Amino acid sequence: MRKIKPWLYLLPAILFLAAFMVYPLIDVFIYSFEEGYNSASQTFRGVGLYNYMYVLRDPYFIQALKNTFILVIITVPLSTGIALLIALGLNSIPKLKDLFQTIFFLPYVTNTLAVGLVFMILFKKTAYSDGLINMLINMFGGSSIDFIDGPYWAKMFVLCFYTVWIVLPFKILILTSALASVDQNLYKAAKIDGTSRWRTFTRITLPMISPMIFYLIITGFIGAFKAYSDAVALFGTDLNAAGMNTIVGYIYDMLYGNGGGYPSYASSAALILFAVVLTITAINLTLSGSGNKK
Amino acid sequence: MKIVLDHLTKRYPNRTKGEADVIAVNDFNFEIPDGKLIGLLGPSGCGKSTTLNLISGLETATSGKIWFGDDDVTNVPPENRGVGLVFQSYALYPHLTVRQNIMFPLENVKGKDRLTKEQMKEKALEAAKLVQIEMLMDRKPSQLSGGQQQRVAIARALVKLPRVLLLDEPLSNLDARLRLATREEIRRIQTETKLTTVFVTHDQEEAMSISDFIVVMKDGIVQQIGKPQDVYDHPGNLFVAKFLGTPPINVFEGKVENGAIVVNGERILEIEGVEDQDVYVGIRPEGFLLDEKGTFHCAKKQVEVMGRDTSIVFDNPASVSESLRAIITLDNRDAIGDTVCFALKPNKVEIFKKDTEARIDYTVKGA
Repeated sequence: MRKIKPWLYLLPAILFLAAFMVYPLIDVFIYSFEEGYNSASQTFRGVGLYNYMYVLRDPYFIQALKNTFILVIITVPLSTGIALLIALGLNSIPKLKDLFQTIFFLPYVTNTLAVGLVFMILFKKTAYSDGLINMLINMFGGSSIDFIDGPYWAKMFVLCFYTVWIVLPFKILILTSALASVDQNLYKAAKIDGTSRWRTFTRITLPMISPMIFYLIITGFIGAFKAYSDAVALFGTDLNAAGMNTIVGYIYDMLYGNGGGYPSYASSAALILFAVVLTITAINLTLSGSGNKK
Repeated sequence: MKIVLDHLTKRYPNRTKGEADVIAVNDFNFEIPDGKLIGLLGPSGCGKSTTLNLISGLETATSGKIWFGDDDVTNVPPENRGVGLVFQSYALYPHLTVRQNIMFPLENVKGKDRLTKEQMKEKALEAAKLVQIEMLMDRKPSQLSGGQQQRVAIARALVKLPRVLLLDEPLSNLDARLRLATREEIRRIQTETKLTTVFVTHDQEEAMSISDFIVVMKDGIVQQIGKPQDVYDHPGNLFVAKFLGTPPINVFEGKVENGAIVVNGERILEIEGVEDQDVYVGIRPEGFLLDEKGTFHCAKKQVEVMGRDTSIVFDNPASVSESLRAIITLDNRDAIGDTVCFALKPNKVEIFKKDTEARIDYTVKGA
């Protein structure tokens, strides 16, 4: 009797999780191996690895994979680094700290698509205007660049810029509170002992907040791998045509995109993404674990 | 290295308009002799920690000067003053081992004075041996007990051979038994290193037991400076008398009248040399003698026996203290009636002015 009681308490949650998490997960796994699955007739030709072969050979998927990796590798370190700099700056100006913290937090509460619109205005070249950024470039003697429909690197630049900007507030918030929770006496002790500012930062501040930095890097990686809405906000829904698709975007297209209706390919792509995220997270955890050994 | 505090004042501007500034330390004058151990003592908020921070350089004085020997260090930043500071919370770097913690100050040194790695290790080991933690060098602070952490903190403060050692409430995070042992340990380390040492405490027993001098502070103002026993025997005012000693001194409303101290209408001690006036009368718990012919009558409340001490808790209409207590030597405590008669040891009785609460000197008649 005593053994049953805790399970009874957990039952509602378990039922919901089973119905809406576990079952679909298993389903996705099954779909990814069913060749030629038709969602209308619920039939398939056979079982095998064909879906994976198809997805991995699909140039759109390769492009999406490439885009996603570039996005992750550029934005995660960059945004964490910038957030750390800003958090350190905030910490050293006690007077205006609250004001600036609010300003820096604004992007976090702003809708992704609204922010996308703002970025369009900043970067998009239309018949009437080259956009604010191009006006700046022209001012310094450069020639206009089409960031939205132009060369690949320009589009990638905008996407990275946008991603960094949108994830900064949360990271700043986490890092300022991490910095504030460091025992001030440690800094006093360091001061008495004549520790230089750089050494205080590298030998005291960084180790003390490193758990938070690792947390941000891991969640940053996962978040960036799942990027999709940001790209849509900037380049519209036809991401394949723009060459700016992401893995999640590819999955969406396979399910509902133009032709749509390829749940098996979508499932395969989803599992490939899952494998990638799992690997990166495992590597991250191993690295941070060995760095933080007690 | 003697330390001279010359009219030292620290004033914090008040944030709210119209209110007065907070004066944490008010006109502090004292010359701390070379190689002595000084206890700064007072209730919380009395300015003792601020004084310590002024000496360390973590705070800058509003006015006044600080001298280390012949050097004016008033405007010298903390890292150039050559002070070792032990924090109340120890402030050990939690991610570094004991050895790395102790070596940290040495690694900060740049230029030609910088030691080689081997010399640093040697110095760190020396400091660790002094505080007897050399077997814990590779542990992290979280793996140490409070007392051990304290020793690491002291070793870290000593390793750079400071001119002055400062301790902020060094014993307050330790349990009672460890506190006894550690305060003797601090005394030993201080005697061995011959460092001029200043420590802050709110525990009068701690200050009295190991200091060469104690400084009693209240509201930023120095109340009395002296050798512990002198301050205890001759408190300068009622505050000092009440602050020093456990159980605390018993205080009564009374007056001096016709050559005697009168409490509750009874002439409890015949004295000379004091004009008639209203006074506070303070009597140390050990100043009472059970005596049938004693002139001081009080109502017994209860008798407590704690180890070697027997104390009588009693009541008197003229009392100002929360409770009155006399420590006596007595074997047959059943003999104590409901009304107790006390005779008094004259050197344990103090009188204080009613208005300024300053102590009044008197001589005992016939002495």
